[in-house]
This record gives sequence, structure tokens and C-alpha cells, in this order.
Amino acid sequence: MEKQLLRITVNSEYHELYIKPKKLLVEILRDELGLAGTKRGCNTGACHVCTVILNGKTIKSCSVLAMQADGAEVRTVEGLASGAELTPLQKSFLDHGAYQCGFCTSGMLLSATALLAENSKPTVEQIKEGIHGNLCRCTGYNSIIRAVEAVAEGKYEEGSK
Amino acid sequence: MTKFNVINTPIHNVDGIAKVTGRAVYTFDVNLPHMLHGKILRSPYPHAKILNIDTSQAEALTGVKAVVTGKDTLGVKQGIWRRYKELCDEEILARDKVRYIGEPVAAVAAVDEDTAEEALDLIEVEYEPLSAVFEPLEAIKEGAPLLHENAERNINVTRHIEWGDVDEAFKEADYVREDWFRCSSQAHVCMETHCAVADYTPEGKLTVWTSSQSHYYIKVLLSDVLGLKENDIRVISRYTGGGFGSKFELDSAQFCSSVLSMKLCRPVKIVLSREEEFMATKRRTPMFYYLRSGVKKDGTFLAKEARVFTEGGAYTAMGATALYLTGFFQSFPYIWPSYRYDGYRVYTNTAPTSAMRGFGAPQATFCAETQIDLIAEELGVDRIDIRRKNAMYAGYEVPGQATIQSCGLSECLDRVEEWIKDRGKLPPHHGIGIAAYGFMSGGIFNWFNTPYAFSSAVIQLNVDGKVDLFIGSQDMGQGSNTTMSMICAEELGVRVEDIRLHMGDTDKCPVDLGAWGSRETLMQGNAVKMAAADAKKQILEYAAAKMSPNIVYDLEIKDRWVHLIARPERGLSYFDVVKEAIRGKEGQPIVARGHYTPHRKGMISPAYSFGVQAVEAGVDPETGKVTLKNCVTAHDCGQVINPLGVQGQLEGAIAMAAGYGFTEDLPMDEGKILNPNLVDYKILRTTEMPETTVMEVETYEPEGPFGAKEAGEGLTNPTAGALANAVFQATGTSIKELPITPEKVLNALREKNKEEKK
Repeated sequence: MEKQLLRITVNSEYHELYIKPKKLLVEILRDELGLAGTKRGCNTGACHVCTVILNGKTIKSCSVLAMQADGAEVRTVEGLASGAELTPLQKSFLDHGAYQCGFCTSGMLLSATALLAENSKPTVEQIKEGIHGNLCRCTGYNSIIRAVEAVAEGKYEEGSK
Repeated sequence: MTKFNVINTPIHNVDGIAKVTGRAVYTFDVNLPHMLHGKILRSPYPHAKILNIDTSQAEALTGVKAVVTGKDTLGVKQGIWRRYKELCDEEILARDKVRYIGEPVAAVAAVDEDTAEEALDLIEVEYEPLSAVFEPLEAIKEGAPLLHENAERNINVTRHIEWGDVDEAFKEADYVREDWFRCSSQAHVCMETHCAVADYTPEGKLTVWTSSQSHYYIKVLLSDVLGLKENDIRVISRYTGGGFGSKFELDSAQFCSSVLSMKLCRPVKIVLSREEEFMATKRRTPMFYYLRSGVKKDGTFLAKEARVFTEGGAYTAMGATALYLTGFFQSFPYIWPSYRYDGYRVYTNTAPTSAMRGFGAPQATFCAETQIDLIAEELGVDRIDIRRKNAMYAGYEVPGQATIQSCGLSECLDRVEEWIKDRGKLPPHHGIGIAAYGFMSGGIFNWFNTPYAFSSAVIQLNVDGKVDLFIGSQDMGQGSNTTMSMICAEELGVRVEDIRLHMGDTDKCPVDLGAWGSRETLMQGNAVKMAAADAKKQILEYAAAKMSPNIVYDLEIKDRWVHLIARPERGLSYFDVVKEAIRGKEGQPIVARGHYTPHRKGMISPAYSFGVQAVEAGVDPETGKVTLKNCVTAHDCGQVINPLGVQGQLEGAIAMAAGYGFTEDLPMDEGKILNPNLVDYKILRTTEMPETTVMEVETYEPEGPFGAKEAGEGLTNPTAGALANAVFQATGTSIKELPITPEKVLNALREKNKEEKK
């Protein structure tokens, strides 16, 4: 199969790559761009472990062909922190122990990041709905919900502690 | 003021930043130069002879580098019960016969996954299907198809536990109750599926990156099957994406990638698909449970008899341990003056059943706690009083089995009782169910036949005061890396950030038997504490020489301050003392060691955790749907080391155990699992989780580091039983088969209505 040109901006870096058109976005992110923070849990779109943000919306990167993201902007877990400065959500995940094995954490963080970008003051019910698709086998979710809630309540805004 | 500087303070997970920034490298992420990708061909039959395997077409496919079958292996029957050869019954790549759907028969290494997958279709396996048997109660009958030649009536293992005079005690009973229960299976569903990257080099050394709960076990088991010396094998990986009991036996990814790599002298990576994970890795043991209990009319327990038939699947795996532990924990957490248990593990043509969080105890607790509520109801005794009356206590000896050294069970019952009172009147169709439990803090048994201490730790103090801590235990998310760093920091008198933790590498770290059976906090924790105490002693020798205190004074280190205990203001900086101590040792870093093996602690475990859980559930009488509202747990895990970690373990256990109680199941048709995906297999999601409350009941466990014991695995035990009892409270019907599906609830309600109309 003939390779095609993919132009994609990932975490503010522009890339041009020739890829097989059947390649999934998750494969390009992990294997071509070395962004292994995006994991895969099922390959069938059922677990949302591979969630990334594409043009502002969360998508399952195992369910999207990379060519569908041609010209798009993608944000992965590697694009959250700025150097050593973690995002409020990352800090809150640390403080609330909102991860255990960590394998679902990237997808969880991106779902929650997108949720807060859309609605900065979600209710607990809205948080639950917002990350409903992301499966986690370790935490039982409540610590994750508390972590998102703390950010929504402004506990991680600059100057607050 | 707390007596601790580090322990019982909320501390970030030491791997937290790596995990929230996506920097944590799992086996799934390991890619080596010149690496190939492997895939495994699996049996479509539950029971069949392998007549021939033709790999020629697959080998001819461009991009395929090697195809291996059982004939390319040493044909060793392996198993984790290494001390008992007859229980080592699994070849992993079957040579003559397959015994379950999904059993590996061949493996391919190719330039990429797609090519390897394509090659699988080109392998021709000629099978002669054999008649198969799927249910233990069928498989145990005369004339049932036999899975293994040496296992008459398919009986794999039997276990007997007995104390007191059971038959006499039943004669004394005012009330005797008999029930049958059926406990279902459950999949571990680690988010990182089983995977391995094996790299064999011409020097004769094999390195295996793998997602595991016990790198030491995997190393030794690989040595058994590959014919390599244990220490020519290195097993490595810091991060494990979930374990829950599924990752301490040798698996097909580890074995097949190693065999392929040894053939090719190239790295080979195998990652199991989610479907393979469901169909062909091990799972929770389904059990048929018969219980007969005799009590006095005031609720005093007299005698219990339990008989269990477990669906073993095709191989022994860790099933023999589950069979013993379910029998032992069936008596928990109560005083049964007389008790008899007979367990039978039966081979069936299904995927092997094995260890899973709780290890036979969730099944036991579900049956026991459901029956206790039925007994209390019949006798008109309060359900908390009956539990309190018979509760284990510190100092109680389980006859011939164990001594309970610390036990906060009665206080846990009090706390949950208060919560129920405070909750007040419930909405209609709601009920609160309770269940009490106990669990072990690591096993005493050594069926693995290790000659090493069960747990070891090494510490090196460097000239800048940084502490290198080397441990063998594995963190698969449960937080042992943080727990061990905290124990080390507390004992040595430094901060967690002073510790550089080294783990997940058998070449560099001392042996620990791994993260299963709730071992780590107590066993690895004791080894770490001992090593830290030794390092501290070496520093204090120098400090004493320097400070020349009155000989009656003792020295201590707290928060990097070396001082006289009686005069804390008189002291020296830890950093200065370490620097000088090393100078005094001819420039050698300070090295200290610690180890732990339980001695004279009974048959099962050196310490036991306890707890009581209340689950509030709503039942929709129209649909039978059960909704969880609240889950309150009073919990005795001794001294809490890391409160954030304990809370996480508790909530995670509730999610997993509630799944076992009402949403998760592995239905099969002729041995084929019908829901091998995350859409049809339903683990809990955010919206199904109840509110969770934890109430710590502090005890001091003399055998544990700083008084700590198990926290996390035992919490999987009570939920299914508490849920069943909540449904009983809400509807008046008791469901004795897991999971408690809407269908079962509706059927039970219909039966009840029929009875009432009569």
C-alpha cells in the first residue's frame, strides 16, 4: 500500500511523515513519534486508555486512522506539563492518589483536561459522566473524581495552596 | 504530636510524577534495536489431541523469522508449586494434547505484528477432538473424560482442615442450617495486558522485560523450562500495569518470546490482545460451596462443615493455594469451636483458574456472611450481635493453624453499627448489608521451594547522605515502592526524598517472593526496616564517638538530625555524620542488609487484618437492578503506613469486589468464554461506584513493621457478601449465586411472591 503524507501538530510540534494509510493514530504517536505516554488497553475503543485530545475534543486514538488527523492538532500526556511545571490536574492527581498502576492515567488526565476546558465548574455528576468511558481497574475512580473536583473548586489556581 | 515523622503522613507516590507525565516506561513500551514481534496460535478446541503441526507455509511468509511449537521446547511440565512435581502439569506450548480453548500450540516471530498475525493463519494444526467436560460436578463423576492421566476422576488437589469434634458439636446445636452456594469466575482485567520482551544474546544470557508481580518467580520458572541457570536470566521492569494475582506465574508471552529469542538471538516482543487476556490467561476460581452450620439459640457458633468443589480448569496453577485458603478463611473471622473443611479442585476443559485478589477468601466470605444473616434472621438475633458474640480477638488461637496477635474486629463492628444507626431510615427498596472478614499478611508456605529468605533488602549510604535502597518486591500499582521508601525513611531518620529506590531488576536487587498474598508491607517491610536499622546503627557508632555522650544516653535520628533521645537539641546533621562515617570506613559507603522469613507463626500467615463493611444498595423491584449507594468500611490494618495508599486500596477493592458481586462474570458455552472484551465484560465505571467511607481502627501488630499489616487485598473479601445481604435486607430474598444479576433478583422476588401467596 502506498504511503501517504501526514501533516500533524502534536503538543505544538509540527511533523510531516509518510505513513501507511491504515495506521492508527495511536500507532503513529507511539511508534513514529516516540510518545509512549499514550497507552493501549483493548484496541477496540472500549477502555479509553488511549484517549488523546484532537482539535480540542477527546478521541480514542486506537479508533482513528492517523490520516484522519491530517492537519489536526493533537495533545497527548507529554504535552500537559510545561517543563517541570505540572498542570493543576496533574498536581491534584498526585495529591489525591488518583492513580495506582498508572496505565490508564494518561487517558484519564486527558479526558479530565478536556472536560475542564469545556466546563470549568463541573458538578460531581458531570465529572463522573465526563470520564465515564475511561476504565480504571485499580482506583475505584473516587480518588480521580476528588482530584478533578479539587481543580474545579479552584484549589490549584495560581497563588492558592 | 505523632510519634512518626514519615509514617501515617500523606505522601505522594514515589512514582507519581512519572505516572502523571506519561514518563513511566512499562514493558508494553519497551522497544529494542533489531526487535521482532511475536504472536501465539491458540487451540480452538477445549480438548483435543494434536496429531500434527505444519509450520512450513508460515515459515515461508516474507517477514517471518521463526515459528516454534512444543517440539522446539524442552517439553518441561512447569508449575508454580515446584516442590510438588505432580502439580507441575503445564507445558505452555502443548505438545500432545490441548485441554482448553486458548491453549498455546505455536508461536511466530516476524518483523511486525501484522506479519506475525498473518503467519498464524498459515500454520496447519491437525487435531483429533476429544470429548470434553466443563463443570466440576460433572468432571468428578465416574466415566467423565479425563484431562490428565494421573488424575483419577479429574481430582487435581484435595484439602482437608479439621479441628474440634464436629459431629459431636452438631448434636449440641439448637439450630442447624445447610446451604449451597455458587461462586462465579472473574477476570483480573489489568489495563496492561500480559506482555514480555525477551532478548537472548550469543553469550548465553537472557534478559526478559515483563509485566510481573514477582520478577524472582518468573526468573526461576524460566530457568526451569529453558534449561538456563537462574542467574543467566535477568527479569526487569519497574512498572507493572496492574496485577491482581494474574502476573506471578509464568505466562505464554514470557515463555514464547523467550523460546523465540533463544532460537533467533534477537529480541522478541509479545503483547497479549485483550481477547487473549480474557480467554487464555488465568482467572478467579469458581466454587460450589456446601455449608452446614450448627449454633445455639442465642447465636453462639458451635460447629461448621464446609465442602467445596472448585472449577480448576485445565492446569493446577495457583489453584491449590486458593483451595486451601478458601477453606481456612471460611472459618474467619469467627470462633468456630469445631470446624471441618473438605475441598476438591477438579480439572475441567476450561482456562485454568488461579490466584486473584482475595485468593479464595472472597468466595468463602460471600457464602459465610450470607449464611450468617440467614441464621440471625431465623433465630431472631441481631446480625451485628451474632457477629460480635463470635468474633475473633487478639490472642485467639485458630486450632492447629494460626495465632491472632492483633485484632480490631469488635471495634470495627461497633463503628459500622454506629454508622448504620446514624444513617437512619432508608428510602424504599433500600437495604444495608454487612459482612465481616479477615485476611493474611503474606503466606508462610514455601511450595515454590525457594532456598532464599522470603524477603531481603540492601541499603547503601552514600557520601551525600542519599540512601540507595534495593528491594525485590514489585509495585504493580498497589504502592509498595512508596510504602518501602516510607518505612526506610522512618527507621533511618531521613525523608522519603532522600531515598533512591531500586527495584524491578533481578540482576541488581535481592530476592523477594513478590507482590501476592498481601506479602509486601509485612515481609518486605520487615526486611527494609531491618536493613535501615543496621545502617542507622553503623552511623550512630560514629556519632557516639564524635559526641561522646554519657554512656547512659541513647542516640536516635529523626528528620536528618542525629541526637540524644533525652536531649533532642544536642545533635549533629545526619549528612555530616554520614560523610564522616564513610571517611572512617576507609572511604567505603555504608552497606546494610535486612531479611525476613516467618518462623513459628503457624500454618498460614504471620498476621491477620480484619474489617467490617456495610453496603447500602437499592433494588428496583420492577427490573431487579441493584444500585450501590454507600460503602462504609471499618478496617484494622494495624498501623497505617500510607493513608493515601490505604484509601486507594480500599476504594479499588470495592470496585473490583462489587464487580464480582453484581456485574462481572465469564459465561461459557462448551468451554468458550462468550464475553472476551471490555464491552460485554462489565467492570464498574465511575457512575456505578458508591460513596466510600473508611474508618481506620488502629491496632498494633507485633510481627509487622511499626505495627503494620495487610491492607488492600483482604478488602476484596466482604463486598459481595455485604451486597447479597443488602439485597436480602431490601427484598427479603437471599441470592446464593454470584453475580447478583437483575435476572436472579427478579426470579427470587417472583419465587418469594409465589411463596407468600400460598
